[in-house]
Amino acid sequence: MTLSLWPLVGIAIVVIGFAIRAHPLAVVIAAAFGSGLGAGLSIPEVIAAMGKAFHQNRYVSVPWLTLPVIGLLERAGLQEQASALISRTRAATASRILLIYLGLRQITAALGLTQIAGHAQTVRPLLAPMVEAASERDNPAITEPERNDVKAMAAATDNVGIFFGEDIFLAIASILLIKGFLESANIIVQPLELSVWAIPTAIAAFAVHGTRLWRMGRAK
Amino acid sequence: MIGLPALYALTGLMFGGWAIATLLDRGHGKRLAGAAFWGLLAVEFLAGDALGDMGNGVLLLALVALALAGAPGKGQAATTTPAERQASARRRGNRLFLPALIMPGVALAGTFVFPALGNLVDPKQVTLVSLGLGALIAVAVLMIWLRPPNSAPVGEGRRLAEGVGWAMVLPQLLASLGALFTVTGVGDIVGSLAPLAIPDGSRLAAVVAFTGGMAVFTILMGNAFAAFPVLMGGIGLPVLVQAMGASPVVVGAVGMLAGFCGTLLSPMAANFNIVPAALLGLPDRYAVIRAQWATAVPLWLFNTAMIWGFAFR
Repeated sequence: MTLSLWPLVGIAIVVIGFAIRAHPLAVVIAAAFGSGLGAGLSIPEVIAAMGKAFHQNRYVSVPWLTLPVIGLLERAGLQEQASALISRTRAATASRILLIYLGLRQITAALGLTQIAGHAQTVRPLLAPMVEAASERDNPAITEPERNDVKAMAAATDNVGIFFGEDIFLAIASILLIKGFLESANIIVQPLELSVWAIPTAIAAFAVHGTRLWRMGRAK
Repeated sequence: MIGLPALYALTGLMFGGWAIATLLDRGHGKRLAGAAFWGLLAVEFLAGDALGDMGNGVLLLALVALALAGAPGKGQAATTTPAERQASARRRGNRLFLPALIMPGVALAGTFVFPALGNLVDPKQVTLVSLGLGALIAVAVLMIWLRPPNSAPVGEGRRLAEGVGWAMVLPQLLASLGALFTVTGVGDIVGSLAPLAIPDGSRLAAVVAFTGGMAVFTILMGNAFAAFPVLMGGIGLPVLVQAMGASPVVVGAVGMLAGFCGTLLSPMAANFNIVPAALLGLPDRYAVIRAQWATAVPLWLFNTAMIWGFAFR
């Protein structure tokens, strides 16, 4: 039997949809129907399959429970305090703050502490206001796009830190997935063997992203 | 045993609170649509078990329809003015950082303490339970210390959630699309086509096809976990390991990291790339991805070189 290629319609819809910047929610629904109908499901079957998956994936939305906490902290002036602290500390430049954050995020993630920081927990209330305040202090003529670039770099630094730190931890999901996959092919490996091979890339990530952060500070 | 059901109930109650607050917010531009949006999410989390697959699917379509019509919109959640925040920051100073440490602290403590308490907490859900507990404790401490109005946790949470907007449901929706792609066999098709892209016997071409496939398929799926079995099953194991004698450890471990480089470039990885842009109020939805590509591309080259250089010794 030759393999039908029609389910790939869903992938094509995703690519085209994001390329033309269509509404992402509409793209996902269209891709679901494209792939589902392509695979020979009926319309009600696609709706039921998506409903089942949406229900099973509720845990993805549980971290929104942090929003009330962050909101209350902001209400009390946490962002303002973070800015004030940095404005007074001349040594704390935007690039140094991000470099330190990158290192700490990689090290804590390597110890399995992936949940102690994140975009809602630390980037919005602390890191972004800090680098914004530092950039403002060192460049009073900063433009709105430059300000947004610095904030985007704060979010990017959190991502790079967690992605290229967590695989050094033995019990992280990705390591267990690799181990499980190889085991199903009768290749037995220990988590430690795998996580050791995450170390060179972790160092390279710090070098590459750290260089970009350092140059960001020199560019002014 | 405390596990996902308790967390879902708590999350559902939060969404329900936002629905009611939106309904009561006379100055809300999309009052009814916004209330319906949060209300449907509350129903999904509190009563989704009773809806059945079809019911959940219809609810999902209604959520997306509301979002396309402008939900959840922006209301006028009561909060403090910039001047009040400045005054509060001056008065309370660096003590404000302490409650910000409650959630990380509880996450840290829970990781070590919960497994020792036997079956009190579902061992598979220690991280999420710690997160939920940390949020509850932090809200309690902040309410006692700061004495804001009783509605403040709901109101402040809603203010942030409205800032994120429809992207609130995007991560869960994308996870569902990934599950549907599994049902329709998208992974199997890609896995069977991938080896066709490799010229016979070229080791470098095979490595590039593997790491490139990991990156590209991760960009498309938004998740390296979805790409890994496909590319490892299609190229990594049969071509690199079994035919060319590469080390499965290096191919597996570094191949996954090549996929992570794709995550940095994927709008489908909404949690990491799209949601933060919304949380930070950046006008460009893809601003975080633009900030990441110059890190992702060199790192992908590095990972490719690692496999090429060290997997075949």
